[in-house]
Amino acid sequence: MATKVVVDPVTRLEGHLSIECQVDGGKVIDAQSTGTLFRGLELILQGHDPRDAQDYVQRICSVCPVTHGTAATFALDDAFGLTGQIPDNGRIVRNLILGANYLHSHILHFYHLAALDYVTAPNLPPLVPQYAGDYRLPAAVNAAAVQHYLTALEMRKMAHSLLAIWGGRIPGQRGIVPGGSSANVDTEKIVQSKFFLDTLTDFIKGTYIPDVLAVAKVYSDWASIGVGCKNFMSYGGFPQDNGGWNGKRMYANGIYIEGQAGAFDPKQITEDVKHSWYEDGIPKDPYHSVITPEADKASAYTWLKAPRYDGKVVEVGPLAKLFINQDATLLGALTSLGLKTENAFSVMGRHAARAVDCLNVATAMADWLMQLVPGGPTCVPNEVPKNAEGMGLNDAERGALGHWIVIENWKIKIYNAIVPTTWNASPRDDNDQPGPIEQALIGTPVADVNNPIELVRVVRSFDPCLACAIHLITPDRKVRKFRVY
Amino acid sequence: MKGLSRRDFLKICAGSAAAVSLSEMLLPHLLEAAPASGNPPALWIQGASCSGCSVSLLNSEQPAIAKILTDVISLKFHPNISGASGYLATKVIDDTAAAGGFFLVVEGAVPTGANGMYCTVGVTESGQTITFMDRVADLGSKAAAVLAVGTCAAFGGIPAATYGGNPTTHGGPTGCISVLDFFKSKGITTPVINVPGCPPHPDWMIGSLAHFLLYKKLPPMDQYHRPTMFYGNILHDNCQRRQYFDNGKFAKVLSDPYCLLELGCKGPFAACDSYKRQWNGESSCILANGPCYACTDMNFPDGSSPIYQRYPDVKLPNIDASADAVGVTLGAAVVVGMAAHLVGNAVNGRLGGKEE
Repeated sequence: MATKVVVDPVTRLEGHLSIECQVDGGKVIDAQSTGTLFRGLELILQGHDPRDAQDYVQRICSVCPVTHGTAATFALDDAFGLTGQIPDNGRIVRNLILGANYLHSHILHFYHLAALDYVTAPNLPPLVPQYAGDYRLPAAVNAAAVQHYLTALEMRKMAHSLLAIWGGRIPGQRGIVPGGSSANVDTEKIVQSKFFLDTLTDFIKGTYIPDVLAVAKVYSDWASIGVGCKNFMSYGGFPQDNGGWNGKRMYANGIYIEGQAGAFDPKQITEDVKHSWYEDGIPKDPYHSVITPEADKASAYTWLKAPRYDGKVVEVGPLAKLFINQDATLLGALTSLGLKTENAFSVMGRHAARAVDCLNVATAMADWLMQLVPGGPTCVPNEVPKNAEGMGLNDAERGALGHWIVIENWKIKIYNAIVPTTWNASPRDDNDQPGPIEQALIGTPVADVNNPIELVRVVRSFDPCLACAIHLITPDRKVRKFRVY
Repeated sequence: MKGLSRRDFLKICAGSAAAVSLSEMLLPHLLEAAPASGNPPALWIQGASCSGCSVSLLNSEQPAIAKILTDVISLKFHPNISGASGYLATKVIDDTAAAGGFFLVVEGAVPTGANGMYCTVGVTESGQTITFMDRVADLGSKAAAVLAVGTCAAFGGIPAATYGGNPTTHGGPTGCISVLDFFKSKGITTPVINVPGCPPHPDWMIGSLAHFLLYKKLPPMDQYHRPTMFYGNILHDNCQRRQYFDNGKFAKVLSDPYCLLELGCKGPFAACDSYKRQWNGESSCILANGPCYACTDMNFPDGSSPIYQRYPDVKLPNIDASADAVGVTLGAAVVVGMAAHLVGNAVNGRLGGKEE
């Protein structure tokens, strides 16, 4: 007889999430994830000057606001016909602002969102109480981890200071705009940025990566738990030229499906709604996917649509991006832990990939700083076109992020964002294939249903951002029931 | 308390000592005032929010955050940092509320549509869903005081904006309202301090809380419940680029380092002291060539949109006029436009119930 286990709220993530699992024989046999906050930012954007988008969408989520501003700006560049004209300084400053937020976000995730699933907290609210569980770190390692929790608070704050040099402030940065960047480039900003970046790089190399490896070593079974769908997709990220979504990027885009690497084609992105509270038969492509709610749809259990690539379930995130790019540092880290490549498909694989991504971005930022030309142009003037469409694709901190905009009579007609957590926390699709997190939960061992620490370890390894995932809602939706109890 | 008079406190908060962190200056006084009986408990809850206010608070200058959590208040629950999940977390909230005498920090607007079901925040021990709306009513009525941080909690903000391209809508698609409006609808009389901003500067949050901790009463506030020590001045009147405005020198593209009015700056009606308070220890919107969008305003974001179009829509005065004349003419035009704008908002109900 299966036991129903509900974790609501799942804390230490951005947004509101509830998970519900059926546990039988000490293992999860079925899983559903439900987001529990709806705001409707895409509807709010309708009728607006298209340039409002870059600032409004940063409020989709303020752990990763820059990445939404970036995707919106890429979509506006595309719609305004500016993609090929961005000055090098503007392109680089955009990359620096987004890169700085990567550093903040990855450090925050490991130390402040995920670590308490593995580290015994000091007796200080709100770090306690914790679920009872198999906290296994040796005392000295645990004590160091607690100390690093505090250091990491300083480090992620420093990443935001680095960001503010170019973006003015954060959350709510102002530097990334259609046509380039509003920030001017001078040597003082470059020198100050380099100082912050060197300190951060030392921390990532000397503390963050060693801590992840230490946790992975002690929790070695978690390199085989939370496997998921083993299909990946990445839009790549950090443009190195003006070639748009398929131009030269620090990370290339690509797919890895059923053991085969392949080329990425945005036309393969569709959204299913069979198990979502929306009417069937709506257009599946992101430019035209305007939903109609269906309150009493029997087959539905979530507000998330189910995005699929060529009909396949795909996981997105740093692991997907690094695996597609066959990142040597990630593969080397697995080897150093005595693990095989396939152990990347796991809870620890995701944590390791995020840490390596953090180092890669910090290293690249040092090069980008040196490519800036003080006093050079950063931005080209632009005008809102009467009618246009635009697409902005870029990997966010949490994975593939796409924004689509349709402009009619100089105003936003349709705005659609398909965000990383919509891919990862998606429900079953039209062919009843469970989403990546649901697949990763199924098979997870649960020692004590009253302290389901294992479930939150799996969920948090994806770094879910529910405010991002559920931002679309229609006004006349009559909510009857969100979950079975 | 002996250390710091309230008068000096208000001066420090409103002061222009940009190089010194406010929290660092206040901390010794807070430590001195901390009761021997233990740090006062606090609960931080999130509704229709993006967590931006929490992230901004984490960006406060050292040694504030870690020190404040260990030595000044006892934060029992915060959605982004609490160790507990599930009912374990819900029980902490319930136990703290039952003991009473706690501070409540609310981040995010209150979605009232669909009977509160647009935002649910947990389940009871027996498995009943808890809406954010009910949680705010429950905790709000029991709290000693409420800090409504961010423009969403203070005024509704982005989730309470017009939608579907229809300017007569309000409350967003989910019926979002501010904490104070929600309290009024429920007859809850717990004092509320609004700390708007999208996000608020960490000093605004810490200074507002510190005032209550030190003096056990509300700071001086304007009619929108904003502490005047932070929101008492208009950005435009004090802007670092004011001389460009007075001299008629206006930025034409965002990377021009001049007055940003032509590119949409809403500084003329923004109650914000960012002209003297650095963000992230480094900069500010204006210094990064970002036209102010008045995110501390009760009408944000509708009153600030389109962000990158000049507001209000009046013709620029002849640049050949004297520098003073340009400033005076434009200033007067701005005031007239603002008045029309506020009337429009009163008509469509956005301001209803907010004025004291």
